[in-house]
Amino acid sequence: MHEMTYREAVQEALIEEMQRDPTVFMLGENLRLRGGVYQVAKGLADQFDESRILDMPISESAFVGAAVGAAILGTRPIVDLMFSDFLPLAMDQIVNHASKMRYMYGGKASVPLVIRAFFGAGTSLGCSHSQSLEAWLIHCPGLKVVMPSTPADVKGLLKASIRDNDPIVFLEHRLLYSLKGDVPEGEYLISLGSADVKREGTDITIVATAYMVHKALDAADILEQQGIDVEIIDPRSLMPLDWDTIFHSIQKTGRLLIAHEACKTGGFGAEIAAIASEKAFGYLDAPVKRVCAPDVPVPFSPPLEQLYIPTKDDIIAAVREMVS
Amino acid sequence: MSENQSDMIGNLTREDLIQLYRNMIETRFFEEMVSSLNIQKGIPETAHLCIGQEAIGVGACYALQKDDYVVPALRDRSIFLSRGVSAAILMAGVLAKVTGPAKGKWPAHHMGDLEKGIMAASLVIGSQFPLAVGAGLAFSQKGTDQVCVCFFGDGASNRGDFHESLNLAAILQLPVIFLCENNFYAIDTPTSKSMLIEDIAVRAESYGIPGMIIDGNDVLAVYHAVDQAAVRARAGEGPTLLECKTYRMRPHTERLQEDRSEEELEYWSGKCPIKRFTEFLYDHDYLDDNLEKKIKIETDGMIEEAVRFAEDSPYPGAEELFEDICADSEYREGWLCMK
Repeated sequence: MHEMTYREAVQEALIEEMQRDPTVFMLGENLRLRGGVYQVAKGLADQFDESRILDMPISESAFVGAAVGAAILGTRPIVDLMFSDFLPLAMDQIVNHASKMRYMYGGKASVPLVIRAFFGAGTSLGCSHSQSLEAWLIHCPGLKVVMPSTPADVKGLLKASIRDNDPIVFLEHRLLYSLKGDVPEGEYLISLGSADVKREGTDITIVATAYMVHKALDAADILEQQGIDVEIIDPRSLMPLDWDTIFHSIQKTGRLLIAHEACKTGGFGAEIAAIASEKAFGYLDAPVKRVCAPDVPVPFSPPLEQLYIPTKDDIIAAVREMVS
Repeated sequence: MSENQSDMIGNLTREDLIQLYRNMIETRFFEEMVSSLNIQKGIPETAHLCIGQEAIGVGACYALQKDDYVVPALRDRSIFLSRGVSAAILMAGVLAKVTGPAKGKWPAHHMGDLEKGIMAASLVIGSQFPLAVGAGLAFSQKGTDQVCVCFFGDGASNRGDFHESLNLAAILQLPVIFLCENNFYAIDTPTSKSMLIEDIAVRAESYGIPGMIIDGNDVLAVYHAVDQAAVRARAGEGPTLLECKTYRMRPHTERLQEDRSEEELEYWSGKCPIKRFTEFLYDHDYLDDNLEKKIKIETDGMIEEAVRFAEDSPYPGAEELFEDICADSEYREGWLCMK
């Protein structure tokens, strides 16, 4: 174990996998000099030449599609897409190509591709630089979606994603980059489709993703003082989803709250709520609730943006309503 | 555009010339059979027949090595047959049978077969450009001398992906040949209504790469142009844009009716690539009545056998619904679950 930031954990995973497998290479904008906008890959250009870390022009559709083509022909590209708000620029290549190729070849082709992108509000960058678009992605059969919340998880999941034989969109919340935590050294892999119980409790289950995991943990500390024992589950990969872990928690607590930063309608939380009502209705003692952003664009002005972002207090209020 | 077949034989032997002829005949007969099955019984495939454009796929593929790759456009049966996909498997695909490409789950006219150097493209016009750049990127990563030919139509050259991909291939000097089959129509919109230039080849200049105009109904001209572009690409000199002027003799698909002038159809039927090449072969004594008849009888037999195979094949079974979606997973209750 060593303590490092989320950013350093991403970088450690990238370096280890690029050293381990010569077919792994990175492509994206502003990588070689800067290491990407959040400098996650800073310094990698000193270790890897221009055939391993490629600077791309502002042509997201072309370089995501090129990564798909290169992945089919035996390489393992990692795309640094920068803002996840750029996903729509490459959505044809992701939805109609990357995620459908195995099917289109009758199982005789693989697309071992990781598309890394950061997301989330909180830095006053406006509504086309701050969104959480994961719900679009889980609605696309053939695509896997990963959203780690801690330095250890991001290392283990990124390494596993790079070795996976399917296309993956790997979403990193930008406010987590400076978060510190203990990370196992060297070989450390986390299987996709394995949720993690971030806090054990008996009164209510909170399914939270990315930065909301930490807000849920803070809320749980306060709620504990009020006599409410919260269990927090981080699915870590949204597709595939580890429903069993969520189900067992609901069986124990009888209550389910979902917390994510994306806006509410058609969000990941809606899917979890729907599955819970299909498969765990008999165990639920209260209606399922969601803590999410409202269905509005992410505002630019900081006071408005803070109103938009779901908070620890929103979680506390929702839990208190449910456990009375 | 010359009215006559070019006589650039170059390094091609008599055997090569006859093989080119055979590939064009096979393509034409296959397409005519698809058309006739469509009329007689209806077929699952929305047929985008390449009748009139056979010289392009046939000529281009003949210039490639076995380990090269192609990304076909939507009207390229000639490519699949030229790269060695059997007529039987293709026909099973037309009928959506389990013996066809992707076990009948994906239309045969966009099929991929990596062993035969064919990359699958989606049904989205002009989305194949980035995939071809990716093939070039993979060759460059591996340090091989392979090339990839990306086929597309005039309409696709108006997509943003065309611009992004030619630029990307150019700056990385990738071994990709962008081959436009300009048949002057996107469904029924003429190119004159979708671009203000006469020649798509001039777009190459904006990416700093060579662009060439070729008589796309001249199989030898296509062969030599692709051959030269491939030499260039293998030498590390980057991509080329080739524009083959051609004409489709059928509607965009067999499900659409189109209203084009008799005069125009007649003009282009006079430039039929098979008719022109046949005359050339006769004039130079490469082909005679006996050989022509033999090739046509053999092709007829092959196509009939393909139809028999396709009709006798079953449709994909219900278990196929959940196969070939993710690598290491299985589906339970319609849900992706890790194994």
